[in-house]
Amino acid sequence: MKEGNVKGIDPTTYDELKQIAARYPHKRSGLLPMLHLVQSAQGQITPEGIEACAEILEITAAEVSGVATFYTMYKRKPVGDYHVGVCTNTLCAVMGGDAIFAKLKDHLDLGNDETTEDGKISLEHVECNAACDYAPVVMVNWEFMDNQTPESATALVDDLRAGKEVHSTRGPKLCTWREAERVLAGFNDGQADQGPAAGPASLVGLSIANDKGWTAPEGDN
Amino acid sequence: MDTLTPVLTKNWADDRAWTLEAYTNQGGYGALKKALAMQPGDVIEAVKASGLRGRGGAGFPTGMKWGFLPPDEEGKAPKDRYLVVNADESEPGTCKDIPLMMASPHTLVEGVIISSYAIRAKHAFIYVRGEVLHVIRRLQAAVQEAYAAGHLGKDIHGSGYNLDLIVHAGAGAYICGEETALLDSLEGRRGQPRLRPPFPAVAGLYASPTVINNVESISSVPSILEHGADWFASMGTEKSKGFGIFSLSGHVANPGQYEAPLGITLRKLIELAGGMRNGHELKFWTPGGSSTPLLTSEHLDVPLDFEGVGAVGSMLGTRALQIFDETTCVVRAVLRWTEFYKHESCGKCTPCREGSWWLVQTLSKLEKGQGQESDLEQLLDICDNILGRSFCALGDGATSPISSSIKYFRDEYLAHLEHGGCPFDPAASALHTDAGQLEVGA
Repeated sequence: MKEGNVKGIDPTTYDELKQIAARYPHKRSGLLPMLHLVQSAQGQITPEGIEACAEILEITAAEVSGVATFYTMYKRKPVGDYHVGVCTNTLCAVMGGDAIFAKLKDHLDLGNDETTEDGKISLEHVECNAACDYAPVVMVNWEFMDNQTPESATALVDDLRAGKEVHSTRGPKLCTWREAERVLAGFNDGQADQGPAAGPASLVGLSIANDKGWTAPEGDN
Repeated sequence: MDTLTPVLTKNWADDRAWTLEAYTNQGGYGALKKALAMQPGDVIEAVKASGLRGRGGAGFPTGMKWGFLPPDEEGKAPKDRYLVVNADESEPGTCKDIPLMMASPHTLVEGVIISSYAIRAKHAFIYVRGEVLHVIRRLQAAVQEAYAAGHLGKDIHGSGYNLDLIVHAGAGAYICGEETALLDSLEGRRGQPRLRPPFPAVAGLYASPTVINNVESISSVPSILEHGADWFASMGTEKSKGFGIFSLSGHVANPGQYEAPLGITLRKLIELAGGMRNGHELKFWTPGGSSTPLLTSEHLDVPLDFEGVGAVGSMLGTRALQIFDETTCVVRAVLRWTEFYKHESCGKCTPCREGSWWLVQTLSKLEKGQGQESDLEQLLDICDNILGRSFCALGDGATSPISSSIKYFRDEYLAHLEHGGCPFDPAASALHTDAGQLEVGA
């Protein structure tokens, strides 16, 4: 096969895949971000995407597949515009995550890891996403939606399906899953300045210290 | 010991704290200037003298880890060396590195540059879990700003030192927080741990000498350079120096991040967090994530440092204090964590792959009130066959909630058998139902 002619992969994507590989001292290190880009361009991990990665990295398609199947963020079926991940690890589950997930399954008539027929919402239960002080947590396209309830989560998916503008509680207006995957591939979307530096829970200790005049000791300078 | 000491969290409320401008305005990158005027070996000595121990859970002395890199061989071209930051924060309950990188990514970037200079690495990587989109945006932007300001790239501030820094997003695998699995993942492979020795210091990324440190460890380095090793060591306890971010979550009035000297107690932290949620009592807690054995209300006065928590049979871990009150069923909590370990087991070694599967089977039955008392002995027996016999610490961690919960709450397991199911109402432990009940009551 002539290089760069993987059927079903457009030349721009192929070039960008090569750019990712070129960032690293050893090009195979680019594979994870490359697979993120495949998802962005193709909406899922596809056989063509696997072929393109294999060709660029000079490894076999089986080796690429072996990596793609190891990681839960790589999807081998189409994902909706909005991937809704409900944390059901212990702490979030106890604080309401189980109730939120049950409610959303019922409301959307979906099982775990399924997508609505209109292609808008994919629902999945996720593991701890490092926001336990904002429990229960829901992630939409890997943006934080903090302190959720079954009611707020239902309203959230309704708004997303209706095409309303929805903002992360600590970030920008929610982009689509494919746009998010592009950022994970290392192509910044210029949205870093959106949202606050920190949410309220991140700041509780600092504000107590400020109120009480507590600081670390004076240093050398 | 009883006050908070914001250092890493100090600028989190600043306007646009994530930008280079805001970070520089509060003194940021001053430590880099100091470091570049020192010999690399002296930077390592300063970090050694501070007593900083790894903040990712294991508590290994950071400066000593750096000192393990083998010296260049005479007459041979020096081997490439690498710094890899473990930003894969995924241990259940752990939520300190993500807000740090979101609020002040430059603290980490400055730490990376100083640390890389100390170990003479020309390439550094921040391996960040993929499931935190906005954090990744902020890291990417910070690295871009640092290049533009001359903090990264060729001949940094005329020092002759070159460094490239890559922000690398993972793809959803808890095991990649294990440092050798992280290296395999960063090499574009399945994230499975490696046999040690050789240790990463000798043969790490691309089989070259590599240092892997947690986000909070590397982020602490600029403050040590800026204020001095003695300043850092003046906080904390004899063998656990300095400050750390304590993450309180669960049934406390005000969950959040509390930065304090190591050695503070949970009693003090819960007091600062406004107590337990209204009308409830502490039942059990994890000191450092779900892989650290559970503790109970009898451990409220244990000093939260490496030695203090170790002395009561648990581990300080990542200071991920998950707090559960009396409405929480410990069997439900432990089953859920066990399902997590089973899901995240990489499959490489038999004790973890098969053992975690059997643990789930047995616990599920018990939780439904099926099975028998002897199942508890079977659980402990399986744990014995995983702990210390699995390839990496994931398997060990999977046994912690089980053995500790049977130690402290055996009766609650038995109550499931007597009751023919879970005697707890899950609604009582949830927040939305709790609020609803209060409204009805009011």
